[in-house]
Amino acid sequence: MEIPKSFLGYKRENGRAGTRNHVIILPVDDISNACAEAVANNIKGTIALPHSYGRLQFGADLELHFRTMIGTGKNPNVAAVIVVGIEPKWTKRIVDAIATTGKPVEGFSIEGVGDIDTIAKVSKKAQEFSMWASEKQREECPMSDLWISVKCGESDTTSGLASNPTVGNLMDKLEPLGVHLCFGETSELTGAETVCEKRGKTPEAQAKFKKTWNDYNDFILKEATDDLSESQPTAGNIAGGLTTIEEKAFGNFQKIGGCQFIDVLEPAEEPTKGAGLYFMDTSSAAAECVTLQAAGGFNIHLFPTGQGNIIGNPIEPVIKLTANPLTAKTMSEHIDVDVSKILSREMNLSQAGDELIKSTLRVANGRLTCAEALGHKEFVMTKLYRSA
Amino acid sequence: MSNTDIIIHDEKDNVGVVVIEKINPEQDCNCWIMENDKSVSIQSKDEIPLGHKIAMADLNEGDTILKYGHDIGKVVKNIKKGEHVHVHNVKTKKW
Repeated sequence: MEIPKSFLGYKRENGRAGTRNHVIILPVDDISNACAEAVANNIKGTIALPHSYGRLQFGADLELHFRTMIGTGKNPNVAAVIVVGIEPKWTKRIVDAIATTGKPVEGFSIEGVGDIDTIAKVSKKAQEFSMWASEKQREECPMSDLWISVKCGESDTTSGLASNPTVGNLMDKLEPLGVHLCFGETSELTGAETVCEKRGKTPEAQAKFKKTWNDYNDFILKEATDDLSESQPTAGNIAGGLTTIEEKAFGNFQKIGGCQFIDVLEPAEEPTKGAGLYFMDTSSAAAECVTLQAAGGFNIHLFPTGQGNIIGNPIEPVIKLTANPLTAKTMSEHIDVDVSKILSREMNLSQAGDELIKSTLRVANGRLTCAEALGHKEFVMTKLYRSA
Repeated sequence: MSNTDIIIHDEKDNVGVVVIEKINPEQDCNCWIMENDKSVSIQSKDEIPLGHKIAMADLNEGDTILKYGHDIGKVVKNIKKGEHVHVHNVKTKKW
């Protein structure tokens, strides 16, 4: 298949392009959720992103909170942002950082004003942003404007056999076109960590990956109880035919095809070394991982599943594929791409990769994903440790 | 095209994965190697369910199991070609 050279996206002020055109109402902290949700209810064409944190965090955990908030606002799938927090100082820090993209952004704080007057003020600004964004048109953008993140979930043996390798095939075909790519899931690379390390393109990238995985493993060994050996693989994995953690990890690892990663990113960190594949240090929990990748600036997500994970994200469209014929049938409303014909050899890997590229472009051009149509908007902050 | 009963990821692998509901003892199975799109055949010795592995060669205690072309664990009990490969005869090298 000849790979298309372009897609229809929303060009942003900073040169990036979005596959979506959201106006978001972003609460800085848990107690500002009510205000943000009231505004999104008042003003059509806006979406609130409620979450559970943002108070009394400190150190690396607080920095991650800011990075996630700011990165979400900066994502090119977002046309304009309103930030609402209880206090002005942290609100302003997020507004100022998002403003570096050149997109419309405004901040409001609730303290000394109260919810009702704040909701009125924010609603007026949100209406202005929503109507402004509604006039934005999709334009032709080069494929290199696609930033694709990947993560698998509810994996079974069909994931390692077919759906993960299909994503790998797409990576092999799109990497030469200058696309940004990102994989994560530090914990579920255990067993494949030395092979993964060697996929680092430079000694620096390899060393950074090794340190990231070792830090994770040290944490596990410190916190582990006796039942760790029964957790990886799980009883369900074993019933499905997975024998060892190494086997599970290599199934996961299929998603990057033959690509090499050029850098290792902190959670929610924006890549700065140009096009190519990046590894991001993330949890293996689906919503946490995708939220971090979206905050890193990725504008479209591929999610292979075996047993049928149903996750979505409020700003980054999540495309599901499965090779499990039973899941494709019983959970069809969640599955965007069915590659189960690989198992019956009615389709080869390259054909499956081509199908996935076609579906990815349709979604990039505006087709709703199953998760979007069903209203999945899981926005889940990663928290590193307890608050002060 | 004949039906595929077993898929092998990489030419180097010494195990394959059953992709039909189950295979029966002494069943002649068609295997497809994904890496190079080649086909081989094997006769099974055990009943093996969907998603579980079959030995593509005789394996001795201490041998390494290769899947995806990589080390996924060690043999802890001798395995004959065509037998079921799982937690009863293979263990992780991790812990």
